[in-house]
Amino acid sequence: MNESRWVRVARCESFPLREGRAVQVADREIAIFNLGGEFLATDNQCPHKGGPLCDGIVTGRSVVCPLHTWKINLESGCVERPGGIAAPAVQTYPSRVEDGIVVVCVPVGTPTGWVDSEKIQYCHITQA
Amino acid sequence: MTRLVVVGNGMAGMACVEQIIKHGPKFRITVFGDETHVNYNRVMLSSVLAGEKSADDIVIHSREWYAHNEIDLRVGVRITGVDPIRKTVTGDDGRVTPYDKLLIATGSSAWMPPIAGLDKDGVFAFRTLDDTRELLKRAGPGTTAVVIGGGLLGLEAARGLQVHGCQVTVVHLMATLMERQLDPPGGQYLVAKMERLGIRVLLGRSTTSILGKKRVEAVEFSDGERLDADLVVVAAGIRPNVEIGRKAGIEVKRGIVVNDYMETSSPDVFAVGECVEHRGICYGLVAPLYEQGKVLAATLTGHRGPTYTGTVQAATLKIMGVDVFSAGDWANAPDHVRFEDPGQGCYRRVAIKDGKLAGVILVGDTSDSHRYMEWLRTGADLAGPRRELLFPPPSSDAGLDMAEMADSATVCGCVGVTKGAIIRAIHEQGVHTLSQLKECTRASTGCGTCASLCQGLLRAVAPDFEDEKKTVICACVPFAEDRLRDILKSQKLRSVHQVLEIYGNGIGCEVCKPALSYMLDMLWCGNHDEDRSARFINDRVHANIQKDGTFSVVPRIRGGVTSADELRRIADVADKYSVPMVKITGSQRIDLLGIKKADLPAVWADLGMPSGQAYTKGVRMVKTCVGTEFCRFGTQDSTAAGIELERRFEQLYTPHKVKMATVGCPRNCAEATVKDIGLVGIEGGWQVVVGGAAGKSVRKADLLVTVEQTEQALEAAELFFQYYRENANYLERTYDFVERLGIEKVRKETVYAPEPVRQALRDRFMKSKARARDAWLEGKDPMHPTQFAPLKPIDSRSVRLQADPKVLA
Repeated sequence: MNESRWVRVARCESFPLREGRAVQVADREIAIFNLGGEFLATDNQCPHKGGPLCDGIVTGRSVVCPLHTWKINLESGCVERPGGIAAPAVQTYPSRVEDGIVVVCVPVGTPTGWVDSEKIQYCHITQA
Repeated sequence: MTRLVVVGNGMAGMACVEQIIKHGPKFRITVFGDETHVNYNRVMLSSVLAGEKSADDIVIHSREWYAHNEIDLRVGVRITGVDPIRKTVTGDDGRVTPYDKLLIATGSSAWMPPIAGLDKDGVFAFRTLDDTRELLKRAGPGTTAVVIGGGLLGLEAARGLQVHGCQVTVVHLMATLMERQLDPPGGQYLVAKMERLGIRVLLGRSTTSILGKKRVEAVEFSDGERLDADLVVVAAGIRPNVEIGRKAGIEVKRGIVVNDYMETSSPDVFAVGECVEHRGICYGLVAPLYEQGKVLAATLTGHRGPTYTGTVQAATLKIMGVDVFSAGDWANAPDHVRFEDPGQGCYRRVAIKDGKLAGVILVGDTSDSHRYMEWLRTGADLAGPRRELLFPPPSSDAGLDMAEMADSATVCGCVGVTKGAIIRAIHEQGVHTLSQLKECTRASTGCGTCASLCQGLLRAVAPDFEDEKKTVICACVPFAEDRLRDILKSQKLRSVHQVLEIYGNGIGCEVCKPALSYMLDMLWCGNHDEDRSARFINDRVHANIQKDGTFSVVPRIRGGVTSADELRRIADVADKYSVPMVKITGSQRIDLLGIKKADLPAVWADLGMPSGQAYTKGVRMVKTCVGTEFCRFGTQDSTAAGIELERRFEQLYTPHKVKMATVGCPRNCAEATVKDIGLVGIEGGWQVVVGGAAGKSVRKADLLVTVEQTEQALEAAELFFQYYRENANYLERTYDFVERLGIEKVRKETVYAPEPVRQALRDRFMKSKARARDAWLEGKDPMHPTQFAPLKPIDSRSVRLQADPKVLA
């Protein structure tokens, strides 16, 4: 059941440098960020109030949600700010570039919003 | 009266003359200078080249100073002959001037290494104001410059040229930059910093010739390699100017030899500054000049003492964002403590000899330099914890650092001001701000690196210290905003990432990026490199994001005056896009809430109205009452004035939102007195009020000015508006801004400013306005193809079904 597949999303040029774009893949909305030739993919929803992460400002390898400035690490999905709270991590997806196209690896048949309790990553990061 | 002739109108000679004058009128003084300028701060030439200062800014003594002190100043005259028997000097103008005492302060000249073709057009030294002016004429985009010499002066010249758009390469003979001040690792850190600025560094290259017909075309190295160049600056070192000393028949070695009283081998001839050699050392930095000047002034006026015993050599590189400090003799000490942080580009080396500090190197962070200078000066015993040699232990008493400094410790090395002198100025002259301190003691008017130390002293000593409020935007780019504006302007930076790369942590965050975006837009009047990734989402799609990720759309309805046609279009849009909520705002406008990002361009097109900028830090609206047109109490046509005001300011961005109102009479129906800018109609004129608020804060606006004509009122508003744009901190509303500065100061710098100042404000306002455009035009002509349009995965059809074999991993 934990099968996943690589899905071609869009050409690299579709993602401006240091910005994110949302894309609907099957039943989930994924945000893809261009970190300078490297493309990172996460769920598009902030774990706080569901803000669209793709519309956030990228800072280093994190994004700041446009609604209430929660800061999410794009590699791990962990919540970096606010610190000191146990928040569920945002789901991240492996990604790569093939022939100038960004390709992400998405699990098959796992509905959005469903979280495998075994796999919840709780983060306890207290970053200033 | 004794006739004193001074040969050399530079910093050393004049520092000495200044001290002589303090001893009372003892001499009739004549000063010869071969440059045609009054005495200027040569140390700051690199700041002039970098565009941070103008030639006028670096003048130390004006012509009035010479006149006031009855000094006969002869500029543009080079002294070519001395007759020590008859006691006369002869100028290149042929005039013979007799002297009783001769002071030689001829300084030094650029040393020109043996390179063929130095006479070609386009080869310069970097030593005088004239050199600097000539370089400024030639520097520009498209020019390829080569700087020969990787010392202090060469690096500063390189950065100055680069700021003007030149492609710059520094060519250095040695294997590491600034090898006299830095050890090889320190030099490597400096290379990295220079290269990060975009300056190429070539080490271990010996330049043998400069090629080209008449003009410079290239430089050639000893290995035959060539480098194209339109401009060559030779900054390979300096040589003391000793010719006059030779002619005067006094002892000359490398420099003019002086003893501890600054006397030469002849009783009537004295020398000071870079042309002298004292205990075998020729100094090429500014601090010794002041010390020597004081001693010589005492000797000349008949005192025996104080004596000059030499100066601890200290050097600071003056390139913004490249902090380098070196002092003492670090090379010959047996013991070292080192610290390195390659990530931050910080390097420290503290050299110890016999339990005392022998020398220090600081790269990346020079804020502790005074601590080391103090140790060097006093020969403090450093037997304490070793790690405290690198960083001071955190102090519980903020003033302790200051209290520990001796009164005789030098705070400002450029001008030679001690801690004691600053404390006297505070106690005796009531100094309580940094600007007053600068005026009173000249401390911190040189390179400015001691500013924080001066502030610290003021804070600790002055009873009514006023901190000139400086806020740093965030840790990513740790400069006060006014300083940052100076940096962006003088360093000609036009993109957010350039600023972060050079002056920040290279990353930036959601706080500094929008702030920098605003600053660049304002400073370059819209002619900056717009980077949407540095903008908040509202400014990427020109609408206000809502809690569910949809957007609100507020079209511009100038002065709150609309038409049936506009209302009909708004209603049609509400129907067509099933807008969940249509709301009358507090700003006499209409808000369409719950629009999807992808629908924004179509919504704007259907509305056929410009953006109301309700989503941004910019010009919101002008709220109006109906004024003389309909109201029986109206004294002014507030509606027309409001519409005109909105038309003039709309599409511009501001440090925080700007809400305005115009009212036709003091009944104030449109609440102009609680707006950022308000025009209040009175019988026969207008009152222009600013800094009002009725939101998070409530504040009654201050009266800026009362005028008779509507046009005058609009102009006054314009002056304040541009002044706020240029001087407020990002996210500082007008009510905080006016409160911080005081309305008196705001008036003086806007409506009561001299006409050229007002004209300059208006010009910059008009320049910004000329480039501004309706943001919603991007609906038809997006910045990026996916700015609004949603992405559909290439594999969208196959993904719902089973795995597509082509894309299966």
